[in-house]
This record gives sequence, C-alpha cells and structure tokens, in this order.
Amino acid sequence: MIYPFSAIVGQQDMTNALLIAAIEPALGGVLAFGDRGTGKSTAIRALAALLPTMRAVAGCRYRCDPADRKRLCTDCQARLTQGKLPVTRIAAPVVDLPLGATEDRVIGALDLERALADGSKHFEPGLLAGANRGFLYIDEINLLEDHLVDLLLDVAASGENVVEREGLSLRHPARFVLIGSGNPEEGELRPQLLDRFGLCVEVRTPTDIEQRLEVVRRRDAFEHNPVAFARRFAEAERVVRARIKRGRALLPKVDVPESILRRATTLCIALGTDGLRGELTLTRAARAKAALDGVDCVTEAHLREIAPAALRHRLRRDPLDESLASTRVLRAMDEVFAPAREAA
Amino acid sequence: MKTPSPLALLAVDPHGLGGLLLRGSSSLGCEAVFDQIRAMLPADAPWRRLPVSITDDRLLGGLDLAMSLQSGRRIHAPGVLAQADGGAIILPMAENLPADRVAKLLGEFDRGTSRFAIIACDQSHDDTSPLSAGLADRLAFWLDLSDDLTGCSSSRPRIAAARSRLPDVMIDAALLDQLTVTALALGIASLRAPILAARVARALAALAARGTVSAADAQRAAQLVLAPRATRLPATDPQPAPPPEPQQAGPEPANSRDDQPPNDQSAPQPSSSKPLEELILEAAIAAIPTDLLARLAAKATLPARQGGGAASGQFMGTRGRPVGVRPGKPRTGVRLAVLDTLRAAAPWQSLRRRNDPDARPGPIVRVSDFRIRKFKEPTRSVAIVTVDASGSSALNRLAEAKGAVQLLLAECYVRRDQIALIAFRNRAAEILLPPTSALARARRSLAGLPGGGATPLAAGIDAARQMALAERRRGKRPMIVLLTDGGANIDREGRQGRKQAMDDALAAASACATDRLTALVIDTAPRPSALAADLAGRLHARHFPLPFAHSGALSEIIRAEQRAS
Repeated sequence: MIYPFSAIVGQQDMTNALLIAAIEPALGGVLAFGDRGTGKSTAIRALAALLPTMRAVAGCRYRCDPADRKRLCTDCQARLTQGKLPVTRIAAPVVDLPLGATEDRVIGALDLERALADGSKHFEPGLLAGANRGFLYIDEINLLEDHLVDLLLDVAASGENVVEREGLSLRHPARFVLIGSGNPEEGELRPQLLDRFGLCVEVRTPTDIEQRLEVVRRRDAFEHNPVAFARRFAEAERVVRARIKRGRALLPKVDVPESILRRATTLCIALGTDGLRGELTLTRAARAKAALDGVDCVTEAHLREIAPAALRHRLRRDPLDESLASTRVLRAMDEVFAPAREAA
Repeated sequence: MKTPSPLALLAVDPHGLGGLLLRGSSSLGCEAVFDQIRAMLPADAPWRRLPVSITDDRLLGGLDLAMSLQSGRRIHAPGVLAQADGGAIILPMAENLPADRVAKLLGEFDRGTSRFAIIACDQSHDDTSPLSAGLADRLAFWLDLSDDLTGCSSSRPRIAAARSRLPDVMIDAALLDQLTVTALALGIASLRAPILAARVARALAALAARGTVSAADAQRAAQLVLAPRATRLPATDPQPAPPPEPQQAGPEPANSRDDQPPNDQSAPQPSSSKPLEELILEAAIAAIPTDLLARLAAKATLPARQGGGAASGQFMGTRGRPVGVRPGKPRTGVRLAVLDTLRAAAPWQSLRRRNDPDARPGPIVRVSDFRIRKFKEPTRSVAIVTVDASGSSALNRLAEAKGAVQLLLAECYVRRDQIALIAFRNRAAEILLPPTSALARARRSLAGLPGGGATPLAAGIDAARQMALAERRRGKRPMIVLLTDGGANIDREGRQGRKQAMDDALAAASACATDRLTALVIDTAPRPSALAADLAGRLHARHFPLPFAHSGALSEIIRAEQRAS
C-alpha cells in the first residue's frame, strides 16, 4: 500500500513543485533538499500512484506515445511503416534509481543472457528506458557518483539516451522528469548541477505542534489500517488527479502577459542569476502553476508563489553566506515588485 | 512481572521498530546482546552480518557469473539485504561503514521489499567517525552496553503470540498525541521518533496480551525511544518522562543548528554557549588566495610520481570511467567484459567442442577467457587543515586563521574536494572533523573551535601526518595545510619546554617530508617569523605569511613564484 498524496500534512512547497512538474515535464525536474524524515520519499512515491494513465504503443520497450510520431523509437518507426501501431493504456512509470545502480543498469547494456547463450548482440534497456515518459526518482542524489549525475542530467535535458558501449550503438527516447532528494548535511550536490534542476524546494521538519500531531496521527492510522486510510482519502486523491489532468490540458493555452515576462526578467537581473535559464524556468513554472490553478493567464501572484523554488538554487553561491537563498529571493522580490505596483 | 526488554520488543516487530543501536566498546558485550535477540526471533529468521568491506553486488545482489556461464542463462545472486527478509542485519562496527553503503542499506530498508531489523554496534570511543544520523534516526532503541539488559527476555512462543496479536493492537489518539508532544518538548526534531515510540507502545501491549495500548505502555515507550534522543530538558514536564541521559545527546541532533524549538520558551542547551570567536569569525577577513588549493593540487601530483607510484591516482576499481580491458578473474565487484570474453573464447570453439562433445550448445567459455574491465576513478583531494588553537595564536590570529580556513572550505566545495579539520592546543591534537565534503558540518565544527592553552605543535603535525597517510592508503590525495606561527612549547611527551618542543616539531615535520606528503604552511605570526619558515623548510612546504593588509599582494607573490618555477 502506498501512502496517499493528499494525506501528506503540510509541505506545500514540495507537493506543489511535484504537481507542477507533473503538469510541465519540460521544466527540468525537482530537487527536494532537507531534513531527515520529512516525507520526501513518501511524497514522490505517492505521486506515482496519482498520475493519470496515458496512451502508449503496445509492446514497445520505451512506451512510445503513438500520437507523437517525431519521437518514436526505432522499433516503433519500423512497425509504423508496416501498418498501424497497436495502442494500449498504461500507468505513468515512476522509476526508483537506487544509489547502488551501476552505469549499465542506468544506461542499459548488452543483453548478457543472449550474448552468453548464442553470442548475439542485443540491447537490454536500463532504468533510463524504464523512466521514459514518466519520473525518475533518486533519493540521496547528493551521494550519487558524480559521473552518474552528469549522465542523468544530460539525458534529462536532451530527452534521448545515446548508447555507445560494449559494441552497441543505438539511441532511444528517454524523456523523464528527474526528481532528486537529499540531505545537504550528508554532503552537498555539486554547484554545477544545482541549477540544471527546474525547481528546488527546501523541506523542513514541521515545527508547528498541530502539524506534527497530525503527521504522527495519520502515519499511525495508515500503518494500522492502510485500506481504511486509503478509502478516507480516495475522494481527495480523485480531486488532485483531476487537477493534474485539467492542468495538462490547459497548459498550452495559458497566456503569459508581457508585463509578467518583464517582471520575471527584472527579478532575475536583480538576483544576478547566471544565464537565461532562470527567466525561462521562472516563466514556465509560473505558467504551469496557473494551469494547476485552473486559470488561463499568469498573474503576479503565480510568479511570486513560484519564484523561490525556481530561483533559489541559481544564485551565485557564497558558501560563507549563512543567510538562506530563499531569503535573498524574497528580499529581491519585494524590491522588484513593490515599485512596480506603485507605478501601476 | 518484569517489564519486557527492548530486545524482546524488537523481536516482536523487527522491521517496524527499525532496530537497535548499541553503544559500547566491548565486542563480547555486543555478541551477548546479539545472541539474546537471535534466541527470540523465529528459528528460521535470517541473520546476516554486514562486514564494513562489503561490496555493492553482495549488498544489493548481482549477477552470479559462474552459474550464469554454466547454465547459459542469467542467474541473479541475491544480495545480503534481500536475503535478510524477515530477520536482521548486523553491523558490528557501524561507525566504520562508508556513507554510500549506509545510504544503500537505508534505501533498501525504506523501500521495504525486504523487511529486516538493523542491529548496529557503535564502538567508536569518541566522535572521530560519528555514526550516520540517518541510520540512528530509523532505529527505535539506542542502548548502552552498560544498561541492564539481562534477564528480561521472553520465550519464542510468547514472542510469536505477540507478533500475531500486533496488527490488532489499538492506540488511543490522546496517547499518540502525548508521545508527539513529549518528543517535541524533549527537543527531538525528527518525526520518526514519536512514530517509533507509538510502535514500541503497540509492541508492549501485544507482549502483555492486551488489545489496546495503556498509559504505562506509552510511558515506557517514551522512556525507551524518546529519552535517549532528548536534546534538552523540557521546561515543564508534560508527562512523567524520565530524565534524559546527558551523555547520550545523540549524533548531531538536527535542531541544534537552525531549527528553532517551536515553542518559544528559552531552552538552555547545555554546552552550546557560543564562543566569542564565532562572532569575530564573521568579520574576519582572511588573506588566502582563493585558488590556492587548486594550484597546490596541481603541484601535488609531481612528488607522487617520483615516489615510485606509492600514491598513484590510478588503481583498479569498479567505478569511474572505463579505461580498457585486461584478462583477469571477475571478483566480486569487478565487472566481466562480456563481449571481450566471448571474443577471447571464439578462436577455441572448434577445438573445445571436439574435446567436449557433450557441451551444451552455444559458445564454450573457460575461465582463461575472462576479460575484466578496468576503471579509473578520479582521485579526490583531501585538505587536512591543521590549526594552531593555542593561547598565543588565539590572541593573535585565530579568528583570521578561521577566516582563511573558511575560504579554503569554499574552494573545496566548488572543487568537490574533501576537508578535514585538526586543532591542537594544551596537551594534544584533536580531530574536529574527519574528512568530509559536507560543508555545513565543516563550518559548524570550525565555528565551535575554542582557543587558548599551550602549543603542542609536534602533536598537531603528527596527527595530520597520520590522517594524511590513512587517506593516501584509501587512494585519495592528501594535502596538509598547517596554520601556525611556528612556535611550540609542548613536546611529544606532553611536557612543557620550548627547546624539546621545537625539536620534536621539526622532527615531525621531517617525517612528513620523508613520507612525501604535500604540505603548506600558513604563518599566523604577527610578523613573518623564522620559526614558521624553518618548519616549512623541513616539511618541504611552501610558506605563506598571513599578511595584515590585503590578499592581492599575496596572490601576486604566488603568481610570480609560479612563473619563476
């Protein structure tokens, strides 16, 4: 039994970021950094159970989308020339990448069984193939070996896994939302990698007594009788699933007014973020947030709400500066938005 | 009737309660506890020891090569963790288990496909290598070997009866809330603590053949689970909770840093009074060129090469970039290069088939065909920062030295190097921080560094050398950064006396040079002294006076020196 997503107490930042990533996969994934035992893993596994089903080519190892002709894998392209592709409905995959995973396991490797049995050369898809069109979750991403993290981010950005090893040479689609979590106390993530994540949320142990009581109560109720617990939250789960569906449908229609774009840019300049990834992610995330809220136009409120998660990991980091990056974003937001409102 | 022991409770709900953390230095004592637990678990429950050196494929499972070759099919050998389902994993020296392996262990534990208890023995005497906080957090019981654990075990049938009863045990909402409130009042940030306490209360009720948790059960659970985790005394006792044991403050309570205790009552934390230096520290301006470490690292490769490859950066590993294939036996953790193995076997096929007509179809592969893949792992540098924290230094430049170290930290962070911190004062050197790449921890232990006392320079250099040699053995590239004014007044034996102390310090420095350790002396004396320069000479190290004025000048000097060399 999986703990229901809607039963997670508090942690608004994290759950919002996950929902936004579910609506807009092109955002670049979510990084959840924070204390131990705050439900990071729980939330991600819960999200998996919540995602709507999708159409896929039946029998395809990469779950190609039959509607997306341009991104079909080579197998499906070959099948397409022979006739129509069979279609089936599947659940969105959420693949767990264990820390111990080897490069073979991640990228895919030569099929050992067939190589040993008859010496033939076949590709055995790895975790990246398994995560195509879904989510790839890495707990303790800060402890993952650097070269694997590099590889993952590369594939996540290009949407394609290129395999050149053990005499194999092939490529297959691997579009997934990368979700990382970890505790910075146990080792930091390389700064070069931080800003390649779309959103970054900080997860703190709740200090509010009522919230803590509710967390323990629900956890206990869930453990004691998971079926009854799931029933209790079935309606809430349905609502969240409907929100995701509606958000996905709405997303292409959401309008970003010129004034909002200007604000986003001003904010990034004020914070001195490197490159243009900050602005891009910020507007994209704000648009996804609007879609999640069921409106077709981004407002300043959306921008404000999402700015800390979209920007806090893009600031030039001074490791000696104890003040939290979030505080700096909030401060800059107050400066950028306040005069603009007076002028309006 | 005697209350059931934590060991019996663990036997009732091994995975739910997570396990047991045993502190104490006696291996025999640990074994005795293991035996007690094992006697209460079902007779067929698996019981697996995890050696510190365990490889990933043994931990998590991997391909059984011999069997796969024989049968021509892929045969998966399950890892130790998968084999432990329904039983227990024993960590005899948990503090030595590398962080990545702890993370994998906990990952499997959380995933719950294999349900086991973790019984961890922490035999570290001090906190040179503290136990993983994430591990401790998941284990319900934190016991000391000196606690009385004898004579309160339960028989197997009783445990089995309690196990079957456990799923139906109810807990009153008010009691559950009380556990949560108590945890908070004791300053326990993790929410796992009250959840574990509730499970312990349930196990207690199940053992006593009751259908609901009683108030006494909850209290006992609080004693067992919450008290050892307490980080402070509650201002007002919400329930008769036992006095927390001060020496068991727990590894790094998460709220000691920035998590404010939620209720605003001023909670005096013993022994955490901020030293004045921390305030000075913020303002301290250090004068070390920011790319010093990078330059030193570039230089560090030279002596290692000359030294006959004693500390060469290349060694056979199973991780990193593949750099080629060679014949060899695939050991655990060394990957077979399948294609190359088959290629090596190809020429012999007809010959082998003739000799062995009954062989199964497909290629016949012999051990001599095995090819394994070589990997090159990037060598990590470890900066061993050794700080003179004695009185003279504290007066002069400790704050500035700390600032300098902070800059080094910042650079390490960017370069993904590790950093360790050693301080020497009074009679001995102390490892403040074992090699780590966690910046937050390094920063904290540095901020808490007190100053004052005599100067045991020789002890400081010796400690740095020990650590550097150990790190080199692990395949890392150590680098000693010594912050001192070069003065010493305590010798290796711990006796007062300037003359002997200086001689010892120089001898220690010579030993480092003999071992070809890369070093760097940052002179913290008010004005550049001959003492520190001498020391640098013995260390074959460069000598940088920490100037009063500006860092620009120093970086100029270094650049000039590099052009010259």
